[in-house]
Amino acid sequence: MDTLLLSRIQFGANISFHILFPTITIALGWMLLFFKLRLNATGDRKWMDAYMFWVKVFALSFAMGVVSGITMSFQFGTNWPGFMETVGNVAGPLLAYEIMTAFFLEAVFLGIMLFGASRVKPWVHTLATFLVAFGTTMSTFWIIVLNSWMHTPQGYELRDGVVFATNWFDIIFNPSMPYRFVHMLLASGLTVAFLIAGISALRMLWGDKGEDVKSALRVGIIAAAALIPIQILAGDMHGLNTLEHQPAKIAAMEGNWETGPNTPLVLFAIPDQAARENRFEIGIPNGASLILKHKASGVVPGLNDFIAQDGTVMHPRVAPVFFSFRIMIGTGVAMLLLSWTGLVLLRKYGAGHMPRLPLYAFCAMSFSGWIATLAGWYTTEIGRQPWLVQGVLMTKDAVSDVSAGMVLGTLIGYLVIYATLIVAYIGVITYLARKATKGESTPNRGYPRGGEANVTALQPGE
Amino acid sequence: MDMFGDPAVWLPWTFAALMGLSILIYVVLDGFDLGVGLLMPLAGEDEKDRLVASIGPFWDANETWLVLAVGLLLVAFPPAHGIILTALYLPVFVMLVGLILRGVSFEMRAKAPITQKRMWNSAFFAGSLMASLSQGFMLGMYIMGLTWKLPNIAFATLTAVFLTVGYSFIGAAWLIWKTEDQLQRRAIRWAKGGIWGLVMGIVAISVATPFVSTRIFDKWFSLPEIFYLAPLPILSGALVAFVWWQLSRLPLQNDRWSWTPFAAAIALFSLAYGGMAYSFYPYIVPEKITIYDAASAPESLFIILIGTLFVLPAILGYTMLSYYIFRGKATALRYN
Ligand code: HDD
Ligand code: HEM
Ligand code: HEM
Repeated sequence: MDTLLLSRIQFGANISFHILFPTITIALGWMLLFFKLRLNATGDRKWMDAYMFWVKVFALSFAMGVVSGITMSFQFGTNWPGFMETVGNVAGPLLAYEIMTAFFLEAVFLGIMLFGASRVKPWVHTLATFLVAFGTTMSTFWIIVLNSWMHTPQGYELRDGVVFATNWFDIIFNPSMPYRFVHMLLASGLTVAFLIAGISALRMLWGDKGEDVKSALRVGIIAAAALIPIQILAGDMHGLNTLEHQPAKIAAMEGNWETGPNTPLVLFAIPDQAARENRFEIGIPNGASLILKHKASGVVPGLNDFIAQDGTVMHPRVAPVFFSFRIMIGTGVAMLLLSWTGLVLLRKYGAGHMPRLPLYAFCAMSFSGWIATLAGWYTTEIGRQPWLVQGVLMTKDAVSDVSAGMVLGTLIGYLVIYATLIVAYIGVITYLARKATKGESTPNRGYPRGGEANVTALQPGE
Repeated sequence: MDMFGDPAVWLPWTFAALMGLSILIYVVLDGFDLGVGLLMPLAGEDEKDRLVASIGPFWDANETWLVLAVGLLLVAFPPAHGIILTALYLPVFVMLVGLILRGVSFEMRAKAPITQKRMWNSAFFAGSLMASLSQGFMLGMYIMGLTWKLPNIAFATLTAVFLTVGYSFIGAAWLIWKTEDQLQRRAIRWAKGGIWGLVMGIVAISVATPFVSTRIFDKWFSLPEIFYLAPLPILSGALVAFVWWQLSRLPLQNDRWSWTPFAAAIALFSLAYGGMAYSFYPYIVPEKITIYDAASAPESLFIILIGTLFVLPAILGYTMLSYYIFRGKATALRYN
């Protein structure tokens, strides 16, 4: 394998590992603020318990997000020097603003949020919690601006092959940014909703009947049921936007080879890029035309349009885009079904008497948000190939000239560490759930609010 | 923009200064918490929690200075960024793995089942060690001009060891300030051992630097430049003597002066660093590319600078707020 391919795999592996944790921290920060505000408003200790459990998950995820993020910021230089040399004038300021407005905010106030509760006034602590959540969202904003600009660049001019910024407003509010930002925030919300619902269901299956667990389950299910329809709508609009700006990507997502009207919606197929056709295709007639053009005679772009005169393929590899898109949609549909079923059962039985079967289902879906998010990013990113910055810079022109062996060696190193850490991470979360469940059996789980002595005895932090 | 003269001159300079500043802040701040990680094996089982507690609220923000430094290198000097990081591909990898291990085990050691705690403690130490050694190694390679030749690697190995011991010194100095009783007394002993690493590191680098490049040699040993530089070794010597004296009489009643070794350590690191910055200026890739050749377009730098002027004071402000909130001796970390 050559350096280019290995570097692509390495970058993909690193960012995939990184995004797992931001996806959790972005929305979990807001969820903790919600728990905190409920506590402030009601004084009910179940919100304290819920906060205390989930803040541990948050701290752990945050640490994983930070350390893997540091890896990311070095990747540009070690593996993709051409990226910054060509588009540095645009990418640089965006990254700088992310670091200055977001990273420091979250990193400093995280310390106060996690360990400062007994040292500052309650409102300062609530404020710190807010600032951490706000910081992660700001960070999402800036990095999504950059990433979206790579998909739909504008507001720049090329001089001697180097990009110069001409209009920062156009750069920041590039056409795909609003869709991608909303879609990503919702993805984070869904990931956390299903994580909270899943872990709460697990604790209930283990026999935890605590009020905090019931409330968390309820919050998780309601949040999931509320967010998923919006996500599907946002995804649809995102797709229409992509059709306009990156038709080759849409063609690959749909598995459509020939441009034309009455294009079916392919539910399943095995795209064969060598033969340039789908095998085992199952489709809904006119489906794709209807979804993308809202009429059966709508013309949908096909992959065969993206072959250059000399035969070079200017569209992404079809199979990965095609399948990851279906994995995302499939997960989204599963989320819709389960969360709405959960909602109905919640009304019927209440959180405390939920039948076991749906509880198992929620457990199984605990990390479904990760799957959909990764699948979505693969669709987006692989769908942009062979471009690194659509129409401006090809991926192969940005790669560094480090030897392939070096890249392979470090890649294996990263993969081993990441695999170990994922196992440890999920292991610790289930262990924390187990421990919290056991804690339920001791009667004095209830501690008076503000009763220093009791509180500190029970919840050693960090 | 013209009122400050040519922006193609002062903008790169300003950004080099900002980047230099954030590297220095990083080295001092993450230096002390990496140092605390390095001291883990020396501490007793019951003291380890206290060690970790002393850096708990800070380490994340400390590391963000590294992100800022790399970010500024990336955004302000893109070609240099590519050259430096591809040349240092392997040590960067080792450092990243170290930082990952350290950050994760920080959380894991407190949350995983108690039977795993020992393992995560070791990972915490190993991560700190990998990060320190690789940073020292990169420092050495940078001084040697980023070429992989045997003598350069040997020198870099030496600086790797020295910087690591130096970090353990500033870590111990931090502990003298943030802990009490038995642990504080042990930290004083650790600091006495560690200061020699720092001194030898500074000496080694000072001896080697002028001989790598005749340009730097001339810069140091010609008139009147030699007078600009003379205060550096003199001040450093005085500081070392001061630290040694303090270490021999601490702890004092009511914990007086317990902050001085840490303050002196910061001063020592800053002096050494200032000397280096002075020598290498105006080069960003030693002897190859100057900051003026490597700088991004002035328009882009200007956009960043405006933001920096507003944001940097805020960052410094709330960083100080956080050190203020967690002032005093380190107490057990808890979430409530
Ligand atoms: C949609 C969100 C998102 C995406 C796509 C990325 N990140 Fe990220 N990143 C975050 C959202 C985030 C976050 C939520 O803000 C994190 C996670 C935990 C944290 O501390 O902040 C974070 C942490 C984080 C850190 C550590 C910050 C600190 O010290 O506090 C760095 C250096 C990066 N990221 C860098 C990157 C780079 C270079 C990326 C792209 C190539 C990237 N991230 C993609
Ligand atoms: C966070 C979720 C993301 C995921 C899961 C992801 C995933 C991927 C994958 C799988 C590739 C490889 C595509 C291929 O080569 O076929 C890739 C490429 C790339 N992405 Fe992303 N990406 C994400 C976000 C970002 C962001 C936010 C940026 C930059 C701001 C970015 C910059 C790049 C670059 C520079 C490449 C080129 C290297 C390459 O082709 O491998 N990515 N990404
Ligand atoms: C079920 C309905 C959904 C539709 C129609 C949909 C649509 C899309 C489309 C068209 C893209 C590619 C955008 C591009 O062209 O670059 C995308 C990307 C993405 N999707 Fe979805 N999606 C759906 C569900 C989900 C769910 C449930 C999640 C996660 C919980 C999710 C997470 C993502 C992410 C993280 C990306 C990459 C970032 C981006 O480009 O926004 N999607 N989605």
